[in-house]
Amino acid sequence: MSELLASLENINVHFSGQTVLENAALRVKSGEIVTLIGPNGAGKTTLVRAVLGLLKPQSGNVWRKTDLRIGYMPQKLQVDASMPLSVERFLRLVPGVARTGALDALAQVGAERVIDSPLQGISGGELQRVLLARALLRQPELLVLDEPVQGVDFAGQAELYQLITRLRDQYGCGVLMVSHDLHLVMNTTDQVICLNRHVCCSGHPEQVSNDPAFVELFGQGVRNLAIYHHHHDHTHDLHGSVQRPPVQSDDCKDCKHA
Amino acid sequence: MPDFLLNALLAGLALAVVAGPLGSFVVWRRMAYFGDTLSHSALLGVALGLLLGVSPTLAVTVGCVLLAVLLVALQQQRLLASDTLLGILAHSTLSLGLVTLSFMRDVRVDLMGYLFGDLLAVSSEDLAWIIGGSALVLTLLVVLWRPLLAITVHEELARVEGLPVATIRLALMLLIAVVIAVAMKIVGVLLITSLLIIPAAAARRHARSPEQMAIGASLLGMLAVCAGLSLSWYQDTPAGPSIVVGAAVFFLCSALLPRFRSSPASATR
Repeated sequence: MSELLASLENINVHFSGQTVLENAALRVKSGEIVTLIGPNGAGKTTLVRAVLGLLKPQSGNVWRKTDLRIGYMPQKLQVDASMPLSVERFLRLVPGVARTGALDALAQVGAERVIDSPLQGISGGELQRVLLARALLRQPELLVLDEPVQGVDFAGQAELYQLITRLRDQYGCGVLMVSHDLHLVMNTTDQVICLNRHVCCSGHPEQVSNDPAFVELFGQGVRNLAIYHHHHDHTHDLHGSVQRPPVQSDDCKDCKHA
Repeated sequence: MPDFLLNALLAGLALAVVAGPLGSFVVWRRMAYFGDTLSHSALLGVALGLLLGVSPTLAVTVGCVLLAVLLVALQQQRLLASDTLLGILAHSTLSLGLVTLSFMRDVRVDLMGYLFGDLLAVSSEDLAWIIGGSALVLTLLVVLWRPLLAITVHEELARVEGLPVATIRLALMLLIAVVIAVAMKIVGVLLITSLLIIPAAAARRHARSPEQMAIGASLLGMLAVCAGLSLSWYQDTPAGPSIVVGAAVFFLCSALLPRFRSSPASATR
């Protein structure tokens, strides 16, 4: 039986006059993987911060299950080089964790061998796994992962997504994650929420990918979903510079608005 | 050993013990300039204390706390970078303190003593304040150790995990304020930060855990106090600066010595 873990409705957030989120909504149930996708500046991290309670929206309802245990994997972790901190010690900052517990969590994510390494000396991919292990140590009901594959090479990215799915199956926790690319998470996510300040569209990618309604839902990007990149806001020229289309994406003509 | 030397030694050792762990946090959290600003403002605290007729130690503590709160409020405006704000506050409070002192012509103030410390003039009453203050700070540091480490590693992660981050951060600022008030008598407002960061920095290279670094910094600080006082006793040098010179020599030795144990490149990323 899946249980509702968090539900956000009509979320509005402004930073110094700029609208960051407008009527955004989100629901996560246990055992479900919800992926937030969208271009840079779409407000993905802001919405995640609202779920975590790190940010209070100007208006809207944020509901979390009472005493919801959240395992959070932040986008970046920068510990000053002056702090001598091993991976083990980092994991054991979670109260009540012994070395065996830390080792178990690392084994879950396939990173046992870095347990005695200094936290600042491990690779980007290893650090992501260590952060995931730390989130697991909280025995979370909800895992919140902000760009979990950032800085990880391509093969490693697919592996990490598989790992996240396996952990979801094993623990039955809900997963909310932020991602840039839909094509990588297509097989592993239950629900995709496409965000560009407002929720452009949302749905179950596997079920709806053959559904004609999906074309309408996702707009022009759906036909080549397998190599999905964000067509919402801009395109890039050969030099990588951003080219904005004449029509502002706020109109989001292709999207169905809730 | 004459009484004044014993007082000086005990006061210096008490401060060194607590400066180790606290200084480690100052280094880890890059708060060196913050500590410097608070200590510069201590002179204004002294002046206000004399003006209002309250104990300078109390006035300095309260002054530092108020300044810390003001600084947090200004930082949240995000209009100016932190180091600019700190620079403004550090030097304007120091100058304001000097100007205020100059108005009080009927009060004779040993300015050099406040600026560079007057360790050999520590009275038994001062010593009680210093030991009491250090014991209080050390106790709180031990109690708050794990939460302090957690917010130093990642504040938002700590918040999600249910720690009252703002309170802990404020507590750390208060602890620094108390230590500055305590240390003013020993090394003076201009040199306080050095006693916090030099031993911690010297201990870094040979430490493999936060605790090793904190304890190592305490031990090095105590050695620096002994070395500085000896120099002062035999060569008649000013005590506060001699202690700082001692700490700097230990830092240099630490940087030149090979590391105790080989650990994988920890400072590189």
